[in-house]
Amino acid sequence: MKLVPPYGLIAEFASAQDLVTAARHTHEAGYRRIDAYSPFPVEELADAIGFHKNNVPLVTLIGGIIGGLTGYGMQYWMAVINYPTNIGGRPLNSWPSFVIITFELTILFGGISAVFGMLALNGLPMPYHPVFNVPRFVLASKDRFFLMIFANDPKYDAAGTRQFLETLHARSISEVPG
Amino acid sequence: MADNRDEVEVVSDGIERAPVIQPGYTFATVTDKISSIVLTRPASLGWVVGFAAGFLVTQILLFALGYLFMRGVGIWGINVPIAWGFAIVNFVWWIGIGHAGTLISAILLLLRQSWRNSINRFAEAMTLFAVACAGIFPGVHTGRPWLDYWMFPYPNTMNYWPQFRSPLLWDVFAVSTYFTISLLFWFIGLIPDLATLRDRAENKYTRTIYGLLAMGWRGSARHWARYETAYLLLAGLATPLVLSVHTVVSFDFAVAIVPGWHTTIFPPYFVAGAIYSGFAMVLMLAIPIRKIYGLEDFITDRHLQNSAKVMLATGWIVAYGYAIEAFTGWYGGNRYDQTLLWNRLHGPYATLYYMLLICNIFIPQLLWIRKMRTNPVWLFMISLVILVGMWLERFVIIVISLSRDFLTSSWGMYYPTKWDWMIFFGTIGMFLMSMFLFVRILPMISIFEMRTLLPEAEVKPE
Repeated sequence: MKLVPPYGLIAEFASAQDLVTAARHTHEAGYRRIDAYSPFPVEELADAIGFHKNNVPLVTLIGGIIGGLTGYGMQYWMAVINYPTNIGGRPLNSWPSFVIITFELTILFGGISAVFGMLALNGLPMPYHPVFNVPRFVLASKDRFFLMIFANDPKYDAAGTRQFLETLHARSISEVPG
Repeated sequence: MADNRDEVEVVSDGIERAPVIQPGYTFATVTDKISSIVLTRPASLGWVVGFAAGFLVTQILLFALGYLFMRGVGIWGINVPIAWGFAIVNFVWWIGIGHAGTLISAILLLLRQSWRNSINRFAEAMTLFAVACAGIFPGVHTGRPWLDYWMFPYPNTMNYWPQFRSPLLWDVFAVSTYFTISLLFWFIGLIPDLATLRDRAENKYTRTIYGLLAMGWRGSARHWARYETAYLLLAGLATPLVLSVHTVVSFDFAVAIVPGWHTTIFPPYFVAGAIYSGFAMVLMLAIPIRKIYGLEDFITDRHLQNSAKVMLATGWIVAYGYAIEAFTGWYGGNRYDQTLLWNRLHGPYATLYYMLLICNIFIPQLLWIRKMRTNPVWLFMISLVILVGMWLERFVIIVISLSRDFLTSSWGMYYPTKWDWMIFFGTIGMFLMSMFLFVRILPMISIFEMRTLLPEAEVKPE
């Protein structure tokens, strides 16, 4: 049998509070390639594992701007340049009546960018992930909290990291097969 | 949303409020209670009968639509001058009902009203189904629905583009954007719960289907952070959107010069009416659902009370709208507006106008009484009355105005035919059928957002 190096070590905690405390200690101890899993959003957790670079707002802003420009540009090109209709000499670029569709497309493109940008930045869809091989990980979507230290962390060494996790009062520690 | 918990259990004015979730629940029991409805609970006889009834009525809709496509809109009661009959009445009614979902999920989220967490999911589903029902009507009332794609700007051999200066085209964009954004909002709200169902499903096929839909969600802290941002941003985008949709619908009327339509009060008064009817529909669904599925601990009296208060407030905005319409008709001195007012009060459709006032203004005042707001049976009845009233409002606006406009020679009457009624009731069947399917297939209460309401979700700041 080929020996596959492990993916990392995962520790289980009973409450959000324990997980946040443990994640803070782990980050303070110098581990950087870590992740935490919880059954609901815990605001403090991203900060605790040192995640600060959230690009979703930027993607949404860009999407919204593109949507607005598309909305107005489309109407301008179609109603002024490509298919002008002179109705009683009224101005072709009748911007007040173009506002609504510009607004709607801003929202549409912004919303689509927020959702698909979030999914893309999260690397989803990803139906398989090594962490799913841990039998108790099914509880991460119910009532358990997990902290993961990836094997490619510079500070990682199988025995030392396990020992470190034990000091955090984890309920159980298991190795994630690669 | 972790800090979004409700701290006002007992307020200082001495009034004890019902909690948003009954005490004694844990992450595990909340999860089990909601997911078991989908995963393990067998379909009851009541569900089968209800679904079958909805399904049968949907067949009536399909039959009537089939006949409509064969024969054309002449089978309806519409004529000249009343070219907008049931189709537009029902369209506006359904799209109005569809407003509550996004209001509850987006606006109440931004306002940190955590009580929304247990009703947002099915309110959003209701929105989607209501908008789907609404979409049928403008689609088929064009007369040649197979050419509806002409409404969208696409390069074509006829060398023309749509008329962007028409409110009817704005409506196409507003409604399709609203449907898309509501669908996205609903779907991303579902992702973490789909992961919960994936992890708890016993059956291999069920697990695979939920697994595919959950897209491999694993609850990573990085994912949650981006997820929460995207959800908030989407709420921020959906908030002006939900207010704009019925505004644009009201432009279909307000931009025209027909007496009774050409008024600036329409946008706010349409939006308030939409929220009014939307909450009425939410209550009409929530009251039986919480009883049948034993969810009284999650959808508490607090939710019923709050929804009743929203209805009371928006009902008064609607009443103000009626008052201003009548006042401008009288005070404006325009003889056509005065005639319209006279027609509403004494014309051939006057009975409907008085019924509208009774349904939308007088009966809902019962909600001032605290006992009414906490009594599910009364709330259900009042909500039903409001839904009827809001339907009448659209009938009054559309039919009374069109039946008697500027020239006496072009006056006419409108009577719906059996085909009008079949399509209308058919969409109600389709709506109910969809709701019945939804409560069995997807978690009708957001599981992960309910977890955040529990005291054990609290994390002390450093």
